[in-house]
Amino acid sequence: MREINVKLITERVRDLCMKANTDLGEDVLQAFDRAMEGEESPLGLEILRELKENARIAEEEKVPICQDTGFAVTFVEIGQDVHLVGGNLDEAIHEGVRQAYRDGYLRKSICHPFTRANTGDNTPAIIHTEVVPGDKVKITVAPKGGGSENMSRVTMLTPSDGVEGIKRFVVQRVKESGSNPCPPTIVGVGIGGTFERAALLAKKSLLRPLGSRNPDPELDQLESEILTAINKLGIGPQGLGGRTTSLAVHILMMPCHIASFPLAVNIQCHAHRHKEAII
Amino acid sequence: MNQPIRLTPPLNDEDVEKLKIGDRILINGIIYTGRDAAHKRLFDLLKVGKNMPFDIKGQIIYYVGPAPAKPGQALGSAGPTTSYRMDAYSPSLIERGLKGMIGKGMRSDAVKEAMKKYKAVYFAATGGAGALLAKRVKKAEIVAYEDLGPEAIRRLVVEDLPVIVVNDVRGNDLYIEGEKKYRRK
Repeated sequence: MREINVKLITERVRDLCMKANTDLGEDVLQAFDRAMEGEESPLGLEILRELKENARIAEEEKVPICQDTGFAVTFVEIGQDVHLVGGNLDEAIHEGVRQAYRDGYLRKSICHPFTRANTGDNTPAIIHTEVVPGDKVKITVAPKGGGSENMSRVTMLTPSDGVEGIKRFVVQRVKESGSNPCPPTIVGVGIGGTFERAALLAKKSLLRPLGSRNPDPELDQLESEILTAINKLGIGPQGLGGRTTSLAVHILMMPCHIASFPLAVNIQCHAHRHKEAII
Repeated sequence: MNQPIRLTPPLNDEDVEKLKIGDRILINGIIYTGRDAAHKRLFDLLKVGKNMPFDIKGQIIYYVGPAPAKPGQALGSAGPTTSYRMDAYSPSLIERGLKGMIGKGMRSDAVKEAMKKYKAVYFAATGGAGALLAKRVKKAEIVAYEDLGPEAIRRLVVEDLPVIVVNDVRGNDLYIEGEKKYRRK
């Protein structure tokens, strides 16, 4: 049994929250470059250039890429041979978030649903834990903005809707979202499982590096068909018209009940932030 | 693309009538921030006939909840938030002389009607370009609702804040026209 003090987890979460909010991943920057090659709209090109410049400023000056520094969505994979000591895991994560949003000059965006009173420290974090083989702990922090999250949906299709039903719903969701979620977006799709699992799959699919292929050839093909359909919509960067409405479609799928066909679409804005650490 | 046009509030009818969708604008001088909670409070004041915490006539409101300023910054990252959540409140503010709104995302028909009727425009700033936009903010001070934190109303002094005209006073909408132009079968 390997012992890990939860203080270490607090430190890592703190660092990951700050880094994710200031340093956009290389995969996203490369996706901007690829988009610029195919963008026909002069205004669209101008916006893509602005986004690259914005990322450069954020990284150099260590300021947030976007003022919406998000809900601190945290995935923790805990090796089953790990014994966590020194306190409570969830509290250790919340404390890491609290320190990062205070010390990193990040916006506190979490409030009471009715009164809208701000919790003041961006807690609670959204924590997804999973027990896996091994003696390591892997932490991924993916701050999620409200504008794109608001455009996300879960639906329960009927089995007869088939693959065409998936395509129709996902493309329609992007179309109806228009300029709201800050295109160019990344579209996370979760298929199967149950109501709540489909949503989690959609969110997790976003963590795959941009530009990588889906290991399942059938889903890889579906991703590319949906992306082509989305980029024919004409919404473009920031919704002002253009070829680049989405940078990628990512799909995760698992079996579902014989009566069901759950489908979730999690829209991610171009400020596609996630960082990970392994202890 | 045309050269950007420089605008300095307060704006009058003539200033906004000249603007058309797709125009690139650089805003200079004073603008005000306000988003969800601040709009609700302004709206509630109007309902009971009270004065607003600043004179809205001719002004521009920027829908933004900035990040806290780091030492040496006037304001932390400050990109626009999605505008439809302000749609319920905007027509009343436009009726009372608001000339411009900066945000992102499409407005309701009621807001577009109010813009036509009372001569106001809607600008889009690049969503998610918070670090870049914050550099154009030279000064920021809270004028009302400090308890709202990032949602407090701030008076900003900006220099060449880049925005694009999305809705003009003639009822045109760049979101609709742009999408139409680039849609493919």
